[in-house]
Amino acid sequence: MSAQDIILSSGTSKLAPAAQVRKKLSKVAKLFDATKCNGCKACQVSCSEWNDLRAPIGEFTGSYQNPADLSSECWTLMKFNEVIDEKDKLRWQFTHTACMHCDDPACLTACSTKDAIVQHANGIVDFDSDKCIGCGYCVTACPFDVPKLDSVDQKAYKCTMCSDRLQVGLEPSCVKSCTTGALKFGTREDMLFIADLRIKQLREKGFTKAGLYNPQGVGGTGMMMILHDIDDPQSYGLPGDPKTSLPIKLWQDVVKPLGAVGIIATVAVACLHRITVGRNIVDESVDETDEPAELDHTQASKSDKE
Amino acid sequence: MDRRQFFKLCGCGATTSAISALGLMPGTAMAAPREYKLLKAKETRNNCCYCSVGCGLLMYSHGSNGKNAEKAIFHIEGDADHPVNRGSLCPKGAGLVDYVNSPNRNHFPEVREPGTNEWQRISWNEAFGRIARLMKDDRDANFIEKNSDGNTVNRWLTTGMMTSSAQPNEGAFITHKFARSLGLVAIDTIARN
Amino acid sequence: MTNHWIDIKNSNVVVIMGGNAAEAHPVGFGWVTEAMEHNGAKLVVVDPRFTRSAALADCYAPLRSGTDIAFLLGLSRYLIDTKQVNYDYVKAYTNASYIVRDDFEFNEGLFSGFDEKSRTYDKETWYYELDDQGYAKIDESLNHPRCVWNLLKQHVERYDFETVSNITGTPVEDYEKVCALIGSTYTHDKAATFMYALGWTHHTKGTQNIRSMAMVQLLLGNIGVLGGGVNALRGHSNVQGATDMGLLCQALPGYLKLPSDKDTSLQTYLDHHTPKALRPGQTNYWSNYPKFFISQMKSFWGENATAENSFGYDWLPKWDKQYDFTKHIDMMYHGEVNGYFIQGVNAINSMPNRNKTLAAFSKLKFMVVMDPLATETSVFWQNNSEFNDVDPSQIQTQVFRLPTTLFAEEEGCIVNSGRWMQWHWKGANAPGESKPDAEILSGILMKLRELYKEEGGVLPEPIQAVNWNYHNPHFPHGSEVAKELNGIDLKTGKQLDSFSQLKDDGSTACGCWIYSGSWTEEGNMMARRDNSDPSGKGITPGWAFSWPANRRVLYNRASCDVNGKPWDPKRTIVEWKHGKWHGIDQGDFNMKLTPQESAHPFIMQPEGVGRFFALDHLAEGPFPEHYEPMESPIGTNPLHPKVISNPAVRMLDGVAETLGSHKEFPYVCTTYCVTEHFNFWTTHCRLAAISMPETFVEIDEVLAAAKGINNGDWIQVSSKRGSLKIKALVTKRLQPLKVNGQLVHTVGLPRHGGYNALTRKNSSCNILTTEVGDANTQVPEFKAFLVNIAKAEEI
Repeated sequence: MSAQDIILSSGTSKLAPAAQVRKKLSKVAKLFDATKCNGCKACQVSCSEWNDLRAPIGEFTGSYQNPADLSSECWTLMKFNEVIDEKDKLRWQFTHTACMHCDDPACLTACSTKDAIVQHANGIVDFDSDKCIGCGYCVTACPFDVPKLDSVDQKAYKCTMCSDRLQVGLEPSCVKSCTTGALKFGTREDMLFIADLRIKQLREKGFTKAGLYNPQGVGGTGMMMILHDIDDPQSYGLPGDPKTSLPIKLWQDVVKPLGAVGIIATVAVACLHRITVGRNIVDESVDETDEPAELDHTQASKSDKE
Repeated sequence: MDRRQFFKLCGCGATTSAISALGLMPGTAMAAPREYKLLKAKETRNNCCYCSVGCGLLMYSHGSNGKNAEKAIFHIEGDADHPVNRGSLCPKGAGLVDYVNSPNRNHFPEVREPGTNEWQRISWNEAFGRIARLMKDDRDANFIEKNSDGNTVNRWLTTGMMTSSAQPNEGAFITHKFARSLGLVAIDTIARN
Repeated sequence: MTNHWIDIKNSNVVVIMGGNAAEAHPVGFGWVTEAMEHNGAKLVVVDPRFTRSAALADCYAPLRSGTDIAFLLGLSRYLIDTKQVNYDYVKAYTNASYIVRDDFEFNEGLFSGFDEKSRTYDKETWYYELDDQGYAKIDESLNHPRCVWNLLKQHVERYDFETVSNITGTPVEDYEKVCALIGSTYTHDKAATFMYALGWTHHTKGTQNIRSMAMVQLLLGNIGVLGGGVNALRGHSNVQGATDMGLLCQALPGYLKLPSDKDTSLQTYLDHHTPKALRPGQTNYWSNYPKFFISQMKSFWGENATAENSFGYDWLPKWDKQYDFTKHIDMMYHGEVNGYFIQGVNAINSMPNRNKTLAAFSKLKFMVVMDPLATETSVFWQNNSEFNDVDPSQIQTQVFRLPTTLFAEEEGCIVNSGRWMQWHWKGANAPGESKPDAEILSGILMKLRELYKEEGGVLPEPIQAVNWNYHNPHFPHGSEVAKELNGIDLKTGKQLDSFSQLKDDGSTACGCWIYSGSWTEEGNMMARRDNSDPSGKGITPGWAFSWPANRRVLYNRASCDVNGKPWDPKRTIVEWKHGKWHGIDQGDFNMKLTPQESAHPFIMQPEGVGRFFALDHLAEGPFPEHYEPMESPIGTNPLHPKVISNPAVRMLDGVAETLGSHKEFPYVCTTYCVTEHFNFWTTHCRLAAISMPETFVEIDEVLAAAKGINNGDWIQVSSKRGSLKIKALVTKRLQPLKVNGQLVHTVGLPRHGGYNALTRKNSSCNILTTEVGDANTQVPEFKAFLVNIAKAEEI
């Protein structure tokens, strides 16, 4: 993959677009079929194994769900919910919880750091931790509550759809390990086709409310989910109608360009000033006093963890 | 408002984006996925050691397999050629690398002396010698050559063995020959529980 | 497994009962989802708990733990009553038409011949009526009142829906659904498979649980066919191999028998174990017993086994009683054992009745622990607060802890549940000075040889005679031993192709006859990796080696009728065409015989047919019967109140006193594994510890409310044998069941509690369990015992 495979990038705007896509790539997707999942956690563990993540060993949380939530050291998590269905039968619902790879990613829109969050031409939303400044905008912006800040390096992390595996032609680690075939991977077109067939099969089997979770409020997702009951995504721990929210949109599409315009104007004024007035000596001591304070903050948070 | 304050006001979140928007950042910066971690790693085929589905594994180790570098397994995933698991693994299998590299592996022969509260490291030679001594003393003292009817029974009941069901057949057969040649009857496997 | 993992995809109805494949064999369960998606299969799950297998089931039925026999005999009754029986199959391939002795009886829970004092049966009457030639008498019309078919009908008659529901607690409505689904496979074009595991063996009538199911499969004609079978999902990766290798107190490799005191000479022994055919024209494969045994002795003792010394027969130890681990730990407890080897087993956590095991180990003079991990067993003498409350200074056991390699650090063969012998390769060296088990035992043996040579001693001959003729006697290489297991022609020095070449005159050596063919002159057949499946039925003859004879589906002669025509053309395994047998798998019969000559698919039986009536082979009866667990939550047996639990169970002295009553301990406790962990091994793996960091106890909402217990509260669980503190998981997945007029609650306790690992410190569930076990195998009743619970303070 290269910069030319990137179709969206954080910290850019229409005034300053990301590199152009030279190759047409099909968008890819992961399809999670909740009706075939048995909650074994193979996806969860193989995600951590492949990505070299080791969350702290926690404690019993009152369910089979461990760790309690996603974190910078846990990018895929099985959620467990006991639900009584419309036929008054118990249904133990398992949700493969990881980044949804939205088509219109709120995290990317909210991020102000150039190229820290990108969307590849194949639709994958990826974080570049070298560039992340740890502001946490993506964390608050995500309607699925997926990205998490790391307590040590203060950067945001989430599922990359194993972009390192994808670039050498392999499926994501979670998909490879899935024991029941509840996770599938392929082009979005193929996944939609498979989902369609499966939902028809489920309806014939009596799951009349079965449907595909591919919320349009975020432009559709690169991880789609077949649910027993599409009317009740909340019972799987999923938001009913997730959106790339308005303030974030405003920020990216209106305020930031304005800021840029402001800066361009400032620089222009500065240049003018230089030309017309000449050089000014700037006292940098204020900056120097600012810096140690920030260092202290990092150290304090580190020792908190230890 | 002086010039510095003006910059601060305009800056904040927009600083980096705006400066890069002017093309002031180096052009090479791009979001690149992490390097594929198995490049040049050595691949070895194996089978999962946990349950009896017998899933095929691909184990990856560092080291060129040359004489001067010790191989170390750092990643294990399912073998997609294997007709039973076709690449998949359960969560236990997916986490096998942490079994191989568990901090709780035993490294050296050790002995705990009667009544003490600690381990002492010993050599293999010492371990073999001391265990053989204890066995021989017990066997010679308690071996039953004939039963009350006078028939040859050649059994040794005062020592027994709980045998492994994870070691390969070859080790298991060696275990069986070892036990029966000594006259052990009370051997058992975890097959019973 | 009679069949194998991939074959599950050919099923029409998959029954998971006495097991929990989705959690304990997740990848194998993948083939269930395959059958559901591509073969329209239905999944039936019967379990006291709503498990992760149940989560995907088309039909889930709860039952009270320990009542599977009632459930299955009721199913048999339903099949017979509704005529959902594969009559062609039953008449041709089972002993339905065989006539039983007229002094055989069953009354009030007891079969004929019971001796109350010794808790054993005189099984003489549990046999066929024989004619002058010693053949069993049969009545093909099935009219004879004492033919097996009529005795079976009579035996299961009592198990009507209401009776079954009253015992099992399964609501009649759910039970009917299960019966109808399974019954639908009686036709020739449908098959059901049963997947079971420790959920059936961990009972005082475990063997009969499995037999009850096998009888259902015979009624339906589901054995020997694609998508059918009797499928034990074995536990450990090589527990199948360990069993094949005879690592049991009364066994030799290849399912041969360790001689007993009664087998006073080689000839007596061979006569005893070589059966005579019970019908004319039988294959009666065990008639080859002497060939298997003598070849094994040649492998054991090498040149030291000669015709003159009865091939070393006298050197084999003889047993006078069953010294399984329960018995041996009991002997330890009574101070009768000095030394114990523990190889790759976390015994202190895994054995029943932990407090007794701990006391027993503390009386040993020496213990040798061989393990890759620092288990709780190796430090049983170390104090660990309430988790192991001992005083090291009071424990005089000398403990050796020897580091072993694990799978990734050694090569060799392990056998999966489908009997596939798969070869694996070494990926790295083990840490520190770890050695493979074979090398450690060889090291000890070489020292013993030295000592016996120097000092003499009792019976040194077998120690010197045992064939250790390996390249390096200190380290027998895997390939050398694998070749030894396959067998060799001692005259030509060539590897054997098959067990059909074995001789009983000492001219062949073979460690394990069923493995013959696994390493031939052509090389290591276990290392083969051709995964092609030419028939599309999941049979991959070029992948590894499936014992016996690379056969993938056992009893496959039963997939076609007496004339060799497949019952279902879509399920053809073997077929007689144009005067010859053809097939996609190795025939499990002599393929040189005509269909009529080979029309006895169960070739290991002297009568060649499947047995509804098990003759004298099991301890508690030729038919299964419902007995309550040793600790019954209802304190009676609704069928026969005088015989409550299995009458033939072995009761060691003092053990009866350790059993509790339902008055003091009202709840049924059952122990099990969860997907995230493999017994205690994975408690040492960080990734597994993260995914399940702590053990818990599962209780239903009704019981929780009655006891004022909230989700996550600490509770005390106690049995007559001990008690432990643990956090509660209050769940809808457990439901109280209505049994014999009362509500029975089940308490579920995962068996992953350890205190010396990466997971949170927890007590082992085996503080609570009882050592009383199955009357045949002595497998303890880990799945159904009684406890009480109460709210507790945090640890």
